[in-house]
Amino acid sequence: MSVSVRIPTILRTYTGGAAEVAGEGATLREVFAKLDADYPGIGARILDESGKVRRFVNVYVGEEDVRFSEGLDTPTPAGVQISVIPAVAGG
Amino acid sequence: MSLPPLVEPAPELTVDEVRRYSRHLIIPDVGMTGQKRLKNAKVLCVGAGGLGSPALMYLAAAGVGTLGIIDFDVVDESNLQRQIIHGQSDVGRLKAESAAATVREINPLVNVVIHNVALTTDNVMDIFSGYDLIVDGTDNFATRYMVNDAAVLLGKPYVWGSIYRFDGQASVFWAEHGPCYRCLYPEPPPPGMVPSCAEGGVLGVLCASIGSIQVNEAIKLLTGIGDPLVGRLMIYDALEMKYRDVKVRKDPECVLCGKNPTVTALLDDYEAFCGVVSDEAQAAAQGSTITALELKKWQDDGENIYLVDVREPNEYDIVSIPGATLIPKGEFLNGSALEKMPQDKKIVLHCKSGARSAEVLAVLKSAGFSDAVHVGGGVLSWVKTVDPSQPTY
Repeated sequence: MSVSVRIPTILRTYTGGAAEVAGEGATLREVFAKLDADYPGIGARILDESGKVRRFVNVYVGEEDVRFSEGLDTPTPAGVQISVIPAVAGG
Repeated sequence: MSLPPLVEPAPELTVDEVRRYSRHLIIPDVGMTGQKRLKNAKVLCVGAGGLGSPALMYLAAAGVGTLGIIDFDVVDESNLQRQIIHGQSDVGRLKAESAAATVREINPLVNVVIHNVALTTDNVMDIFSGYDLIVDGTDNFATRYMVNDAAVLLGKPYVWGSIYRFDGQASVFWAEHGPCYRCLYPEPPPPGMVPSCAEGGVLGVLCASIGSIQVNEAIKLLTGIGDPLVGRLMIYDALEMKYRDVKVRKDPECVLCGKNPTVTALLDDYEAFCGVVSDEAQAAAQGSTITALELKKWQDDGENIYLVDVREPNEYDIVSIPGATLIPKGEFLNGSALEKMPQDKKIVLHCKSGARSAEVLAVLKSAGFSDAVHVGGGVLSWVKTVDPSQPTY
């Protein structure tokens, strides 16, 4: 399925500055695999060594935090927006 | 979701107060009762920096009766690009004192309480207990987790905001009515993974964008109007000029506010919890840290060294140490920089303040460059001790 992925500022070095990129996949896992293939290295900033979403990064499919739905198995229907929101502490 | 007002109304407003707050009083939702609630409110702002500046100024103007300001830092010239509560003549002055002076100038009716101390596990509960609501304007993860934990343990609402470059986030954490900060971010990032504003920069006016959301939410909570930002995260992108909000759920497994909490008191050490410098970096820097003066001497003596600046290109443009080659930290983390390292020279690393160079030092040591060293205090220390004619940032 064709989806859009919102990239936070701190990860835009991987996407050539793009704030939003096109993604592909039926589940979040597939979308991230394709994302890392398109933008090598970005996957490791979102997922840890065991392949889980890092604890200081939140991923939303639409408005829902996937930590409270099916995690990386969350379905990503066509046209949905996926947001990657890392913790920042500046103030 | 609407919530009851946090504060009972003060008995009355004086004639002066009615004149001053008339534009609030004629809003039906606020009115006399709402303004009396603000008058009776006690709000603490943690940090008088980027977010704290607009937050304190608008809270003061709005007529919050008691405003606490906690900050241990002094005003630096590099603060003035965004910390609008301070001015040029305040450079070198304690931030809490400088901020209090501005608050008094905006609204002499406000009772200002100055906490000219660093917030620690020893004083946070005592200080917070005197306030109805906490506004967070701090700049690091360790303090944010400590503020959250104290707010949850004391049952206080915690109006949170965070900024980086062009991105802002804001929410209201209040365990009695919704999630806490740990529900949103259960763990802090490992050191070096997320740059601070001092490393990555921040657009000055972004502070106002997020700080004003925080004040807006504080006023709503105090007076009990509108839909508070409880259980929602507001995300702002200044470049695209977009606000979006996403749901934040209360995590039933939250170690602090979940069903079976395992954190029932403050942690002993939030710095350690957040690992300001990673264990690896600390170990690598042990016995392999030189001063800027030592570096200068090595250069003057013609020692066979290869000096590497691991900061970003725009930082290098601001100020750099003569003879340094720029190779940003990221190139060491992904391994591509290692092949550029000479085998026949002693490698000397530096960054802005010594944290990033320590992380890179750990990478180099594990790659076999056992005699590599880094400069403690980085280029800031170089400017201070070797070449004060250069700028700092």
